[in-house]
Amino acid sequence: MSIDWHALGSVLVVTLLSTVGLVGVFTLGVVGLSRPAAGPAGTALRGGAYVCFAACAAAVAWGIWLIVAK
Amino acid sequence: MEHMTLLIGIVIVTALAFDFTNGFHDTANAMATTISTGALRPRTAVAMSAVLNLVGAFLSVEVAKTISGGIIDESAGVRPQMIFAALVGAIVWNMLTWLAGLPSSSSHALFGGLIGATLVAVGRHGVHGDAVVMKVLIPALAAPFVAGLAAFAATRLSYFLDRKADPAATAKGYRAGQIASAGLVSLAHGTNDAQKTMGVITLALITGGVVAPHSDPPLWVIVSAGAAIALGTYIGGWRIIRTMGKGLTDIRPQQGFAAQTGAAATILASSHLGFALSTTQVCSGSVMGAGLGRKGAVVRWSTAGRMVAAWALTLPAAGLVGAGAALLADQGTWGVAAVAALGLAICLTIRAAARRRPVTHANVNEEVAVSAAEATGAAPAGAAAAAPVGAPVIAAVAAAEDAPAGAAAGAPVGAAGAPVGALAAAGTAGAAADVADAAEPPGVVTAAIAAVLPPPAGPIAGPGPSSPAPSPSPATAA
Repeated sequence: MSIDWHALGSVLVVTLLSTVGLVGVFTLGVVGLSRPAAGPAGTALRGGAYVCFAACAAAVAWGIWLIVAK
Repeated sequence: MEHMTLLIGIVIVTALAFDFTNGFHDTANAMATTISTGALRPRTAVAMSAVLNLVGAFLSVEVAKTISGGIIDESAGVRPQMIFAALVGAIVWNMLTWLAGLPSSSSHALFGGLIGATLVAVGRHGVHGDAVVMKVLIPALAAPFVAGLAAFAATRLSYFLDRKADPAATAKGYRAGQIASAGLVSLAHGTNDAQKTMGVITLALITGGVVAPHSDPPLWVIVSAGAAIALGTYIGGWRIIRTMGKGLTDIRPQQGFAAQTGAAATILASSHLGFALSTTQVCSGSVMGAGLGRKGAVVRWSTAGRMVAAWALTLPAAGLVGAGAALLADQGTWGVAAVAALGLAICLTIRAAARRRPVTHANVNEEVAVSAAEATGAAPAGAAAAAPVGAPVIAAVAAAEDAPAGAAAGAPVGAAGAPVGALAAAGTAGAAADVADAAEPPGVVTAAIAAVLPPPAGPIAGPGPSSPAPSPSPATAA
């Protein structure tokens, strides 16, 4: 009986990193959009928020692509 | 390339039926918290989940290969009857836990049935013990903790990052996030669970000599398995949704988002490696983790305990039913017919019992109070017609349940008479109502299961229907 610790460990690491990363980045985006700010600062904030959301979408798409491509 | 026999046809139909129960049993995984937080309306939620299930079914075949080539030794003389018996065992257990509103694992029901049937009909050498431990048992133990840990950390981080933000301004964003992550879980559920059925059908085709050993599932298998699970999901397992959405902990959109992201990540990562883990257990684990991650949140350990007990029971219980069914099915054509009749009778009985106190999309967010005494409480008017059937049915369920497990060759024959009566009775009750409105209340079996698994200490303090930000329960306020 051999337990494939490598596979189990990689599931743990991948899950932790992707979950915390996705939720963290998405939260930053949500927080960025929640501050009503005018002028260049506001634009930067909104832009940053959309970058966050785009990063989340890209990460999810990449993950799915990895699975389909196998 | 052999011709496809009638038996294989029956096995395929049964496998699709299992897939259907899998769908409605597991709708809760993706959508329970989305519905309970009010991020999506119940009907919309299950429709979206169904579509993504279907899409997910096409993503990967790794898990299907684990089943058709890994756990059971195809060359050891596995016959289609046994697969049929295994499926009946899995379906019966799925129906029972659905009636009780327990989010048990459909996957473990399937594996339990397969392992039980193989052990009885082929013997120990028919089961790859190593593969069972490595690809089923260890992931089953580890996955809920992995998902829970990830959801816990993500929830903490999320609450830390937005501690200065205005809750009203962020609410919309979190709901969107929750909907997106719920979609991801549905997708993951499609890849992981629809594949299990594909694996079983492929296994049946292999044992019948229709396709070569170690084949990938044919395209029509993928399509039909995806469709069956999507249909089941759309019908919606409202009972289990209620347990998971309201019973475990009060979930807010922000937590639901973290929980579902964690669950989706766990399932997708595991599917990729061919671990056939339980979507249900992963999602329950992540909901608990997210619940613990918010300061002041209450996790109802009594409900969680009942759930874990049901998890532990699932593999052996489904295995026992599967083993009994395999013994019977091995007797020949009449044996297979008897198993089919028994299985159908039990399912119809459970459905009739479920109608006594329905849970539908309309009342899915109401408070959960699972107790044996409650089961006799007010039944909605619509279900009244089925109620009189209840009493005789109880005895029939008891008899039918004992029969397959009883194992003695003579016993099932004797018991076979009882379910036929029940079949007729349940049939009348079932015909009166509309399938699409399939409703699911606790009933006699709930009471029976509640007797085995202690019910929660007291009624659960849940918030009112569809409130986006649930009010804290008394224990939180204290």
